[in-house]
Amino acid sequence: MRIWRFGDNINTDYITPGRLNLTDDPKELAKIAFKEYRPEFSEKVKKGDIIVAGKNFGCGSSRETAPVALKAAGIRAVIAKSFARIFFRNAINIGLPVIICKEADIIKEDDIVEIDLKKGIINIVNRNVALQCEKLPEFILKIIEAGGLINYIKIHGKLG
Amino acid sequence: MGMTLVEKILAKAAGVEKVSPGEIIIAKVDIAMSHDTTTPLAIKPFFEIAERVFDENKVVIFFDHVVPPANIRSAILHKKIRDFIEKVGIKNVHMEGVCHQVLAEKYVKPGDVVIGADSHTCTHGALGAFATGVGSTDIATVYALGKIWLRVPETYRMNILGKLKRGVYAKDVILNIIGYIGADGAVYKSIEFHGDLIKEFSVSSRLTLTNMVIEMSAMNGIIEADEKTLDYTGRKGTIFHSDKDAEYEEVFDFEMNDLEPQVAKPHSVDNVTDISEVEGLEIDQAFIGTCTNGRVEDIRIATQILDGHKVKEGVRLIVTPASNRVYLECLRKGYIEKLLRAGAIVTNPGCGPCLGRHQGVLAPNEVAISTSNRNFMGRMGSPEAKIYLASPATVAASAVEGKIADPRRYL
Repeated sequence: MRIWRFGDNINTDYITPGRLNLTDDPKELAKIAFKEYRPEFSEKVKKGDIIVAGKNFGCGSSRETAPVALKAAGIRAVIAKSFARIFFRNAINIGLPVIICKEADIIKEDDIVEIDLKKGIINIVNRNVALQCEKLPEFILKIIEAGGLINYIKIHGKLG
Repeated sequence: MGMTLVEKILAKAAGVEKVSPGEIIIAKVDIAMSHDTTTPLAIKPFFEIAERVFDENKVVIFFDHVVPPANIRSAILHKKIRDFIEKVGIKNVHMEGVCHQVLAEKYVKPGDVVIGADSHTCTHGALGAFATGVGSTDIATVYALGKIWLRVPETYRMNILGKLKRGVYAKDVILNIIGYIGADGAVYKSIEFHGDLIKEFSVSSRLTLTNMVIEMSAMNGIIEADEKTLDYTGRKGTIFHSDKDAEYEEVFDFEMNDLEPQVAKPHSVDNVTDISEVEGLEIDQAFIGTCTNGRVEDIRIATQILDGHKVKEGVRLIVTPASNRVYLECLRKGYIEKLLRAGAIVTNPGCGPCLGRHQGVLAPNEVAISTSNRNFMGRMGSPEAKIYLASPATVAASAVEGKIADPRRYL
């Protein structure tokens, strides 16, 4: 498991370039993740890796190919100082955990982290540091726990 | 404490008396939309929870991003969408322009809740509607249930004041505001536009403003509907006003009297400057079109500048009317003929080269100036190309000179 660090305002065109995302197959999408912005990503990413980014991660388009590609590539969670709203929703809706952490900069690429979504805490295990993050509303936690919005609706029989 | 018009629209949609920022509501949707890029990923989740759409009158599907299909992959996706449309009983299907333009022309009414699987769905706020973009799973559940979960946004009130100088337009105003607020300056906010300049703006200009609020990461932008709105839509709807004691997280006064033509430089929309800083920079392609600036008013201004001139040799000027209705009106008014005589390439209505899939893709190191809303690296082709954003007037003047040019010389 490793951490992939990114800066501010990483947009959906960087995550899944509009010219390349002409597919609805998650495995194909995983192959184009950050293909131009950071070519090594799709080659080296492994199951269980985590993305740690700056402000406004996932800004730009509404394309759900962006979180789908990251999840299919094996990304376990995305931690950012803030998220663009649509990416945030899309990630939750497909069951990809997203955590808003103002102190995300503290996390280094070689750190090992554990995430407690319910409490909103990130533990940097190798350095014994705990970061308090924004707690997600109960309703959103339930969607993530269900594995996404569709499963949530199947379990509860309705949206609300 | 009173409510903003967005809070009023959302309270009505949630069936409650009052909503407050931060609250999560389940809202009924009046118009739901997706297109050829976002529909494919909605198909599987839809069939997991439904067989038919919740209301065939409220669902609209567009083919606009790559029309007609430019390659086998997009043709396959179009075919998948057509099968879906037939299976689930969708009757409103369009291939006559950019989704947001056709939706504004034919569907949206003041007071509506409009949910679209496209980030520029915020455009429809110009018509006094609550409109916001979502992804494919969200739109699949809206198609199935007619409802969506929303977190009620805090509101920024922006008063746009003064009078614009000759050669300065709504596009310059919104670029200037985005430059000031920043790409992440309004994350999750609702932006309510007021002020004498807004009242004076045509509906076309208002659509340009609200179209781009997503570029500062806002949830939606909104303008109270008035007579102009009703003239434009021809549909009545419900006109909401913000209460005098509505709560705003912040109030901004933007004075626009001295505004110069604005340009957003590569590779972010908030990298905005006065035209003087980039004037003279050589270009390879000029593009006029999109949900931001592909309407009759935009093409009229461009024609006015290009009439009697020629597009500079070696430069491609691509003009993509935003809809068939726009295209026909431009034909009737003689704009298309003038543009063709000036050397423009006029394409069929749709998203055109905005997202780099066809109709004008950029080579490495090429430079484009565009009336669209995004200049992200790789957006219109090679990641090594550069994209500048500006008004239709600035783009037209630049096409004539073959370099970024101040349009005021031609007006």
